[in-house]
Amino acid sequence: MNKVFCGVDIGASATKLVLIDAAGQVLARVVRPSGVDYAGTARHCLETASEDAGADAAPACTVATGYGRDNVDFATEKRTEIHCHGAGCFHLAQRALSIIDIGGQDNKVIHLDDRGRLQEFKMNRKCAAGTGAFIEEIALRLGLGVAELDSLAAGTDDPVSLGSFCTVFAKTEILSHLRQGVPVEAIVRGAFVSVVDRIIEMDPLEGAVMATGGVVAHNPTIVEILAARLDRDVSVPESPQFTGALGAALTARGLFDDQPEGDT
Amino acid sequence: MGDAIKKIQATGLMRKLMGAYFAELDQAATTRERKIAWCTSVGPAELLRSFGFLVYFPENHGAVLGSSRLAQELIPAANARGYSPDICSYLTSDIGSYLKGQTPLTKAFGMAGPPRPDVLVYNTNQCRDVQDWFGFYQREWDVPLIGIDTPRSLGDITRDHLDGLIAQHKALIPVLEEVSGVPFDLERLREVVASSYRCTLLWKQVLKLATHRPSPITFFDGTIHMGPAVVMRGLPQAEEYYEVLVAELEQRIADQAAAVDGERLRFYWEGMPVWGKLRDHAELFANQGTCVVASTYCNSWIFEPLGCDDPFEGMARSYTELFIVRSEEYKQRYLKSMCDDYAVDGIVYHDAKTCPNNSNCRYGLPQRLARETDVPYVIINGDLNDLRLYSEEQARTQFEALIEQLQASR
Ligand code: SF4
Repeated sequence: MNKVFCGVDIGASATKLVLIDAAGQVLARVVRPSGVDYAGTARHCLETASEDAGADAAPACTVATGYGRDNVDFATEKRTEIHCHGAGCFHLAQRALSIIDIGGQDNKVIHLDDRGRLQEFKMNRKCAAGTGAFIEEIALRLGLGVAELDSLAAGTDDPVSLGSFCTVFAKTEILSHLRQGVPVEAIVRGAFVSVVDRIIEMDPLEGAVMATGGVVAHNPTIVEILAARLDRDVSVPESPQFTGALGAALTARGLFDDQPEGDT
Repeated sequence: MGDAIKKIQATGLMRKLMGAYFAELDQAATTRERKIAWCTSVGPAELLRSFGFLVYFPENHGAVLGSSRLAQELIPAANARGYSPDICSYLTSDIGSYLKGQTPLTKAFGMAGPPRPDVLVYNTNQCRDVQDWFGFYQREWDVPLIGIDTPRSLGDITRDHLDGLIAQHKALIPVLEEVSGVPFDLERLREVVASSYRCTLLWKQVLKLATHRPSPITFFDGTIHMGPAVVMRGLPQAEEYYEVLVAELEQRIADQAAAVDGERLRFYWEGMPVWGKLRDHAELFANQGTCVVASTYCNSWIFEPLGCDDPFEGMARSYTELFIVRSEEYKQRYLKSMCDDYAVDGIVYHDAKTCPNNSNCRYGLPQRLARETDVPYVIINGDLNDLRLYSEEQARTQFEALIEQLQASR
């Protein structure tokens, strides 16, 4: 039986799990809401992924990452999301990169050199502005599902301006736009622009840029707005929500290879 | 987990001395037999002691309110009275403590509250908040409020600066004579300043021992053990204490005993501690083989110019040459030399929301210093006392990511 390596990324809103083989090929990906029982969710994801991959043995090595990284009882080691997003993105891009990860609760900017080494990283300030939580709040205020937002935002070129940093104040601004009869598309696009503004404030973002995270996975229009703002291409990996889990799985493989008795 | 933190044996002596210090203040507050002065932490304590005042430092109380996490319950009371959540959370904790009549001093030392002052003396070298903080008590108790207004963001310190500051120190004398009933005595001032200077040299020696690899002391230890250098400088007890502490740390070095087992990385902490998370942070770093060896904060109570011949010149220079009073260029040079002296691998900047004065990451300094030194850094958002402004998860992820980054590059 070929060895399987596991990476599990327990984020504030979703848990992502990736299984890879010794060659780094992805065998399975699973995502589900993190819920309140992180350990249970992680185990559940592993069971589903193992079934999908047809893997009957437990992973040879597992690395946990994300906010719930301490809660995974089957993890061999843990690493930060910063490390794992970096590892996952570098594996896919094989070049120096600036990574923008838009998560459920925080945003990160990660700079890698041309060998994939972490050069610098930043996290947003202690505030939900510009994160997935902001978008969820806006959807709630507009009475929309988060899945509906992207197509609405894509349907206009004329966003309203949401001036406030604060999610709660932004919602108040939305109320006044609604009262003035502003179309909902313009409001949603305005919210997306505000997410991009918060990211651009974090870092000068030089060089090649890659965007990852659940928000990017579900809202390609945000990436379009970002690329237009930067006047540059912004690449998006095939499964942008899974780069952290992929990086964790690759790290697990690396750890296993480094063990003196790793092959036995 | 708790084992990761190595206990310093001298802590017992320090607690005893601090207990006696507070007992003396408490007794004076009850009997009014001795006069009490409140002083800012880098204010003219030596001058006050020369008049026989017992000196109390409200910022020390602020730190105790933060460490005990009582600040959480007290800050809102001050906010409600118009003291904004955006200003110094030592101030809001302390005023909240007064308004609610709650203080950890009761449990620790049996005190009903901080000792009521006969005079309030500040120096704005560190910030303007101290003046407004003391102003609250001046209005409450109708006691004299006097102080020194120091210019800030200074590059070179000129003769004009110093002459003005010396004049301001001297201008305090008539009020202090009147409140204390004791005439000014230059010889007595010389003695106090000389004692304070000896304390400074010993405290500096303590901190310098951390240049040793592995370090016998962490920044987190330093924030506790600096107590006597802050509140008892100018008294023989402070000297006595640091002689004991230096001996213990030198013994650690002789025994190759590290403050952090298996010290692999050495960090610098720029900014204030997050008092309510001090122990958590100490454990987090220790568990990852990282010793936070040095800090601007602990080094801010080294007053070497006190050694000069004229005590007024010594005080004026000591309380103006401090890091917190200086320009960005000076600060960058200072941090660069600290990185070199302590062989620092990484820097943590604490952006304390309510203290811009001790948050040195708001004008591009970390970026400029990193370009100069290649030492990587993180900036954590938090606060000295107001834990509403601190995100545990974000700070932890950033600390750990910096450690991972450095380990990967080895
Ligand atoms: S320097 Fe900062 S923490 Fe200290 S008293 Fe001033 S504002 Fe408060």
